[in-house]
Amino acid sequence: MKGRIATLSRLLRERKLSAVELTESYISRASRSNRLLNAYVHECFAQARLAAERAQKLIDQGAASPLTGIPVAVKDNICTRGVPTTCCSRILQGYVPPYSAEAWSKLERCGAVLLGKTNMDEFAMGSSSETSCFGAPINPLNTSLSAGGSSGGSAAAVAADIAAYSLGSDTGGSVRQPAAFCGIVGFRPTYGTISRSGLVAYASSFDQIGPLASSVEDAAIVYDAIRGRDCADMTSVSSASAPSLFEPDIKSITVGVPKEFFSDGVEEEVKVAVEAAICLYERAGARIKQVSLPLFSKALAAYYIISCAEASSNLGRYDGVRYGMRADCDGGVADMMAKTRTKGFGKEVRRRIMLGTFVLSGGYKGQYYKRACGVRAMLSAALEDIFNGCDVLVAPAAPTAPFALGTERRSAAEAYQADICTVPASMAGIPAVSLPCGMTKSGMPVGMQVMAGRHNDGLALSVARYFEREADISFRLSAEVSREL
Amino acid sequence: MMSGIETHVELSTASKIFCGCRVKFGAKPNTQCCDVCTGQPGALPVLNKNAVRLGILAGLCLNCTINGRTRFARKNYFYPDLPKAYQISQQELPLCENGYVELESGKKICITRIHLEEDAGKLVHEGDSTFIDYNRCGVPLIEIVSAPDISSPKEAREYIEALQSVLRFAGVSDCRMQQGSMRCDVNISVAEEGAPAGTRTELKNLNSVSAVERAMEHEFLRQCNILSGGGRVEQSTLRYDEKSGATLAMRAKEDARDYRYFPEPDIPDIVIPPSEVALIKKSLPRLPAQRLAEYTSLGVGGNAASLLCRYRRACDFFESCLKFGAGAKTAANLIVGTVYASLLTEDDKLDFRIAVSARDMADIVKYVDGGKMNITRAQLVLGRMLKEGVPLNDCVGEDELSAMSADSLKELCREAIRLNPAAAADYRSGKVKAIGGFYGYIKRESGGRADIKLAEQILKELLK
Repeated sequence: MKGRIATLSRLLRERKLSAVELTESYISRASRSNRLLNAYVHECFAQARLAAERAQKLIDQGAASPLTGIPVAVKDNICTRGVPTTCCSRILQGYVPPYSAEAWSKLERCGAVLLGKTNMDEFAMGSSSETSCFGAPINPLNTSLSAGGSSGGSAAAVAADIAAYSLGSDTGGSVRQPAAFCGIVGFRPTYGTISRSGLVAYASSFDQIGPLASSVEDAAIVYDAIRGRDCADMTSVSSASAPSLFEPDIKSITVGVPKEFFSDGVEEEVKVAVEAAICLYERAGARIKQVSLPLFSKALAAYYIISCAEASSNLGRYDGVRYGMRADCDGGVADMMAKTRTKGFGKEVRRRIMLGTFVLSGGYKGQYYKRACGVRAMLSAALEDIFNGCDVLVAPAAPTAPFALGTERRSAAEAYQADICTVPASMAGIPAVSLPCGMTKSGMPVGMQVMAGRHNDGLALSVARYFEREADISFRLSAEVSREL
Repeated sequence: MMSGIETHVELSTASKIFCGCRVKFGAKPNTQCCDVCTGQPGALPVLNKNAVRLGILAGLCLNCTINGRTRFARKNYFYPDLPKAYQISQQELPLCENGYVELESGKKICITRIHLEEDAGKLVHEGDSTFIDYNRCGVPLIEIVSAPDISSPKEAREYIEALQSVLRFAGVSDCRMQQGSMRCDVNISVAEEGAPAGTRTELKNLNSVSAVERAMEHEFLRQCNILSGGGRVEQSTLRYDEKSGATLAMRAKEDARDYRYFPEPDIPDIVIPPSEVALIKKSLPRLPAQRLAEYTSLGVGGNAASLLCRYRRACDFFESCLKFGAGAKTAANLIVGTVYASLLTEDDKLDFRIAVSARDMADIVKYVDGGKMNITRAQLVLGRMLKEGVPLNDCVGEDELSAMSADSLKELCREAIRLNPAAAADYRSGKVKAIGGFYGYIKRESGGRADIKLAEQILKELLK
């Protein structure tokens, strides 16, 4: 995969391309293909053209940064002032936030050009983007397959190059899994390094904004532009100011291979591709170490208990009183709230709210919520321990290659299995890069994760980039999609 | 009777507890709110450090231990005045624990915990419509929870007044129950001496200390009647109706809400190092008990001293007067007498907005103590200054400042005797006390400038 940001940025600086021309070319690709891709749910092309003109001024003044004038797509749960932000939920229909998320503000200040908001599972709850009230985006590599979720629209937009890069959010794997499905790079940074201010909360103690991009380098450029302590988010932390990427000495790196990530629930083709990737590191001189995370099998259940608990509280504010949808009703205010929430939320969101309400209820809290928090603390400690003996962990990003659309007919418990590989890093708040590491017999991408200890984001990215450069994997867009572009 | 009180106190911060909005009582509806306090999607709380500081201050004043690590929690329930559908409060690891208030009798009322939380908005009902004012959302509160150590309405009054006095002096809150900056919920149960505790009910909507007393009396009798009739008290929440003096059921136990508390993921645990607590302790203003002792040691009478110590601003004014050289006893008496009389309501006394400067007040006290003006005259002058807002110089000419000359006073005394021959006759017949009958006239006619001791001598001379 080739990076786009550096190339486009150079063309802009050398005046071989104007910011307006670049934006127009993306707008025309997006307007032709989006009906098929369903990646964008709110387009803001008029604003994009104005932003491109402003970006050109910055370039002319010599005040450009690598992201100035580069078109970007932002997930529909990240607040963008003046542009709808609906979390792909009926309940937030028409909601235009009065303020911008800090991550988006930082990009905007760099002169980034917002093309639109991308499709996602409703309130980021899902792994196929099919719970979106706008219908699912498709996988640009094969139109019958899922783009993954919940940041499916963000991944599809980057894969089809109708956005140079995008922002997504990762709670239990929502950046990494769609990146893996669409054959691009997705990065979930250390919890707290990117401000959550303005990211519509699903499960606050897991939610992290992360970049989706066509290369590790691009992801690192975006990450470096949006990270930093934010006084509007008490859980945000500061990170070193130096650029994240560096040239790692692979011979001095110990790559941990956690065996549970290669267990029965993971498809054979996925295991084979990831194991081949590990061999590449081995051949380069890295030390390969088998490690074990016995709590792996408990992680998924604990994750769903805690994330649903937090979601049940976070989504309480959508009551029809102040903003968003309000159901018609003859009864009192309590009746109005109940009707609004019943009509406004989709089935999966209602399921998770009820699950979360249950696990926090008197008499059950100790049995579920508190025990799950215990598992989380133990899992974090176990991972910390593992990182005392190795620099990075390499594992599959998802248990399967992209699955077919229409999977919402599976049971919830089956669907939740899609997160087994990504949830451990979410539980521990550690950085994890998802990047393509190979393909299935049918040519569909297989993604792997490079995880590192807390605040070793640069190490995870750098080790991932090493593989990316050596392996040089790329995918062809589906013919149907190519025709539209 | 066994009773515990939960007291909500609004902290005197300039801004709200989780955002930068101003805290302003009586502002136009929905003018003091933002993305955070109206619960916009994606908005996050940022803790106001000053609210934590005032909470710690309250804990220190009430003899609590301050937890070195404190944690916020979400209390979840749906109500239109609660924008996020949860209140950020505390459950495990409250800010302060294990304090007490000592009553005059020496009995200690234990304070189980003090925690920080945010206030909700307000519903405004007009005709058939209901409006929501979010200005109060996010106003910082502390909740002070007492143990069920209170055994009478009188003790409850003393406990609440002690809280008010201490928190006002520490600058934690103005504790005005009428305005809602202090709210008390009273838990009350009744049982025979030595028997296990009875079922408790909770009283809400108590807007004054007297309402607390009356409601408790009423509820005590109601529970006694039920029990003596062989009935059972139902656990419930009751609303006190000030007009009828009765308690009305709000909700029964079955309707008890499950608040589904869990740690607030948006706010990491707050670590409070002992050094910070020590620093706050140093900044602690002198509390009423300490000031009371100081004032009496300066010669202020016990009654005047305790009246002064009810209001922080009165104390501060008194102490300023002392700095300008006023004698303590006279200054105290003039303040709790004449100045208090000019401040009609409790709120007026709390605000203590008076038109007399400490310097002028000190001068008046000096005139009195130096014999240049007698106390009656001083009260009249002070009263006029308070009422008309005129400075001392415009009120009292140089000549007026001196006491009435001996000759004029003698003239006045003659006149007094002439107008009251009966008293004169009584005195001459041996009723020494009859001399008192002349003083009123002399005081009045001299405009307070007569020296009463000298007048007594003159009268005795004239009546020989």
